[in-house]
Amino acid sequence: MTTMTVAEAIGSALREAMQADDRVIVLGEDVEVGGVFRVTQGLLDEFGPQRVFDTPLAESGFVGAGIGAALGGLRPVVEIQFVDFILPAVNQLISEAAKMCWRSAGAWPVPLVVRAPYGGGVHGGLSHSQSLEALFAHVPGLKVVMPATPADAKALLLAAIADPDPVIFLEHKRTYRFIRDEVPDDLPPARIGEATLRRDGDDVAIISYGLMLHESLAAAEQLAEDGIDCRVLDLRTVAPLDREAILDAARGTGKVVIVHEDHLTGGIGGEVAALIAEGAFAHLDGPIVRVAGPDVPAMGYHHALEEAFMPNAARIAAAARELAAY
Amino acid sequence: MATLTMPQLGESVTEGTIIKWLKQPGDAVALDEPLVEVETEKVDVEIPSPYAGTLGAVLVPEGETVPVGTPLAEIDGAVPPVRPDLSFPPGKEPAAGPSATAGSGRIEGRTPPTPTRPGRRFSPAVARLAAEHGIDPATLTGSGAAGRVTRKDVLAAVQQLPARPEPSRRVEETTVEADTVVAFTPTRRRIAQHMLESVRSAPHAWLLMEADVTELVRLRRRHKDDFRRRQGADISYLAFAAQAAAQALRDFPILNATWAGDDLVQRGAVNLGVAVDTEAGLLVPVIKHADRLNVAALAVAIADLAERARHKRLRLDDVQGGTFTIDNTGSFGAVASAPIINSPQVAILTTEAIVKRPRVLEHDAIAVRSMMNLCLSFDHRALDGATAAAFVARVRDVLEAVGPDTPIS
Repeated sequence: MTTMTVAEAIGSALREAMQADDRVIVLGEDVEVGGVFRVTQGLLDEFGPQRVFDTPLAESGFVGAGIGAALGGLRPVVEIQFVDFILPAVNQLISEAAKMCWRSAGAWPVPLVVRAPYGGGVHGGLSHSQSLEALFAHVPGLKVVMPATPADAKALLLAAIADPDPVIFLEHKRTYRFIRDEVPDDLPPARIGEATLRRDGDDVAIISYGLMLHESLAAAEQLAEDGIDCRVLDLRTVAPLDREAILDAARGTGKVVIVHEDHLTGGIGGEVAALIAEGAFAHLDGPIVRVAGPDVPAMGYHHALEEAFMPNAARIAAAARELAAY
Repeated sequence: MATLTMPQLGESVTEGTIIKWLKQPGDAVALDEPLVEVETEKVDVEIPSPYAGTLGAVLVPEGETVPVGTPLAEIDGAVPPVRPDLSFPPGKEPAAGPSATAGSGRIEGRTPPTPTRPGRRFSPAVARLAAEHGIDPATLTGSGAAGRVTRKDVLAAVQQLPARPEPSRRVEETTVEADTVVAFTPTRRRIAQHMLESVRSAPHAWLLMEADVTELVRLRRRHKDDFRRRQGADISYLAFAAQAAAQALRDFPILNATWAGDDLVQRGAVNLGVAVDTEAGLLVPVIKHADRLNVAALAVAIADLAERARHKRLRLDDVQGGTFTIDNTGSFGAVASAPIINSPQVAILTTEAIVKRPRVLEHDAIAVRSMMNLCLSFDHRALDGATAAAFVARVRDVLEAVGPDTPIS
């Protein structure tokens, strides 16, 4: 058992994957020195410039190179410095990576992992604070993984590297050093597409992922003092969604709050709500509630603007309290 | 294995209630063999099996109401029909493999029961739990916002329920004169809503006319045995009245009309509804283009519809499109009745019991005659008494004009 931050857990996963499999390579902007968040620090020394190398500031180019490397038999892990910068590579990801296996009738799978830090609350300003998971979750052919804890970050990254399909692996910047927890040395393998229950309760279900899981757990802690028992579900993967776990959470409580930092409209919350409405309607005892980032163009730099944007434990607790009383 | 789903029994029909499974799991089922009785808000039907095979699991128990498309039962070893089965719309079947539904949301196959009191609404969870445990949620004190009954309130009430099936002592003490709450069948509820709506929306006016049907009685008596032999049906008085009404409607089209919102629409076709009393309640199958049929054809059509209504074999098409309704209340012995209009139609005619009565004829002679009353309820928004009376007089005149030589077929 080792205590790690999320950043250390991801670095540890990369190291283990590279040790276990020569086909695993790491490329991206400044990954040789460890990247902006020092996640890849030490990999160059250990595995050499053939397997760890910097790329130009041209996401379309080096994501495309990653796709080519995957088609050529490697297991590339591409680092995007901030998910905000992934947009030049969207055509590569959506038009090529997501569809290649299908268009080749299974002959050319793309075992690519694209890691990208997302989210706000770290004074990143408008171009370093976005959450873009809904964009990719909409595209069949891409898997979108969003771990919240060090153990999940490690196990799910190993699963993503082993996965035959392209995986967008989104890491919340604030969890990198803010979340520190124990990671078992013999970590059991994780399955992409599997949610997990972080807390049990039968009054309200809070469904979340990533950084917002921690805010949701804090909210549940507050509510427990008032006798409101929350069930907290960590989605861990937003594409594909764990339909059964979501429906179970809805059936067990009849009341659901969905929390994400991404903008409200068109977010993962809408899809989760639709699944519940379709699959657990007869169990609903109240409206499905979403707590999410506002529909404004961006998160501001000033801490007051950040705070206005980011859902937090107090806001989640208020929504859950109101729903519990419904 | 194939799946039988709740078929779409009509354009506006969204759900159906399982009345009775005619086969049990394990029974062999032939193609088109009646499998289950289903009640919808329009009609009761027997669903024929779309496959030959063996009935497997029954997925929806009797008494439950489910939406169109809900799987009802599994048919093992199903042999798909070699011809298109017209009772199922294309695309609903034959059974597709499991992958056919992938990518589309699977809808949960239960419909929560309708709240028992109008005006109060309950969440799906409350409605479902209350129905499962036989609790009327309207009797519960709500702990939710604005007194809303919550899922937890129902669960608490379930805890309070006495262990079934032992009757409580209080019930035992009062069994002698115990009151019973009548559980409405969907048919009964449909009738209730329909009647209430008609009485609320249409100002009913009523009139009665006597018809001397002595000659008609003679004519029928002379022909009825022969007719039964040839047609296998009774040449009923109702058939004569239906023909008279259908002819009269051609001349008084304002009575052959239906409301469409605020507009009154005179209908081109004369589609005559015939009220039929069945075990389940009143049904009104429709004879299409009744004005084109002679008495014999009407008699056969009425007998056929009545027979099928009583055996739940009506098709949706049989109960739709009526433009006017006739009701033989005389069969119960009534000599006058004030029927409720079958909205959105504007009038309904009853034929009352034929009774012998002394009647003053021309030249003040008194004779014993067979008399039948004709009663008409009409929507006073659509027409006035003068027109209504002229219409009934026309029906009466046609019936009184029957003579020994009137053709019946």
